[in-house]
Amino acid sequence: MAGETKTGLGFDPMHQFEVYNIVALPPVNVPFLGAVDVSFSNASLWMVMAVALASVFMLLASRRTAAVPGRLQLLGEMTYGFIADMVRQNIGTQGMGYFPFIFTLFMFILFCNLLGMVPYSFTVTSHLIVTFAMAAFVFLMVTFIGFVRHGFGFLKLFVPSGIPWVLLPLLVVIELISYLTRPVSLSVRLFGNMMAGHTMLKVFGGFVVGLTGAGLLPLALAPFALMVAFTGLELLIAILQAYVFTILTCIYLNDAINMNH
Amino acid sequence: MEAEAAKFIGAGIACVALAGAAIGIGTIFGNFLSGALRNPSAAQEQFPNLLLGFALAEATGLFGLVVALILLFVL
Repeated sequence: MAGETKTGLGFDPMHQFEVYNIVALPPVNVPFLGAVDVSFSNASLWMVMAVALASVFMLLASRRTAAVPGRLQLLGEMTYGFIADMVRQNIGTQGMGYFPFIFTLFMFILFCNLLGMVPYSFTVTSHLIVTFAMAAFVFLMVTFIGFVRHGFGFLKLFVPSGIPWVLLPLLVVIELISYLTRPVSLSVRLFGNMMAGHTMLKVFGGFVVGLTGAGLLPLALAPFALMVAFTGLELLIAILQAYVFTILTCIYLNDAINMNH
Repeated sequence: MEAEAAKFIGAGIACVALAGAAIGIGTIFGNFLSGALRNPSAAQEQFPNLLLGFALAEATGLFGLVVALILLFVL
């Protein structure tokens, strides 16, 4: 069923998510994993482009720094200040050591999301495996930092304070489950938003094309207007989801570093 | 009932999750507005929290969509 979805619209709104190889490479044998496909796909290409664009943007913004910043420098400084404030407010000053990681995460997701808004492009973050890899990394990192900083005292995170002891066994289980579902919810949130938004855009685009093709141009204006509005909304969502992913990373890091539960 | 038909019905039912997301988003923006109209000077500071709440509420609806997609394409 997958791959061949006839929607009756004459097009496939899922086609945009297809991954194909640009440069096919022979599988490489990795210990413990077996043969791994290392071909350079369109997903890899758009990831490289996101990294390159983010780097070029920050390099250009910080190239000629002036006391009175120009437009590009102002934009770069705003982005930097925005994330630095987020880290300081959520983790505190001792969290600034993690600022490079969080800033990189934010810029990568932001540029992947925004590049996905370009017509005929590929949205890397609309694939669950990409977002899950990032979320799993954040989850493992937070758990590791927690155990390194607090030792077995990190397990106190699962024991809420000020709770009658009768309820305690139940609450510990609930806390543990909610902790373990963090990578799933973190990744599915980004993936779901990106995939649903892009599918919706393509479906409405299909309505416009279909109605125009059927000679009903005045009728096609309604989905076209919606399409314009949804594109604006999707741009907001693209920035918002990058923000949400990073702020949740900050909140999780705060749990591991400060443990003020 | 055919398994194929049950799949489509299940996918349709999974989209009911959007009702919950709609209630959540409505509550968040409604409460923000009523709070912001009472104390407009404090509203600007809470704007990031508003967006965070909106994104969190919206995501729960998308989990329903993911269930629908799993029913349609994976199972």
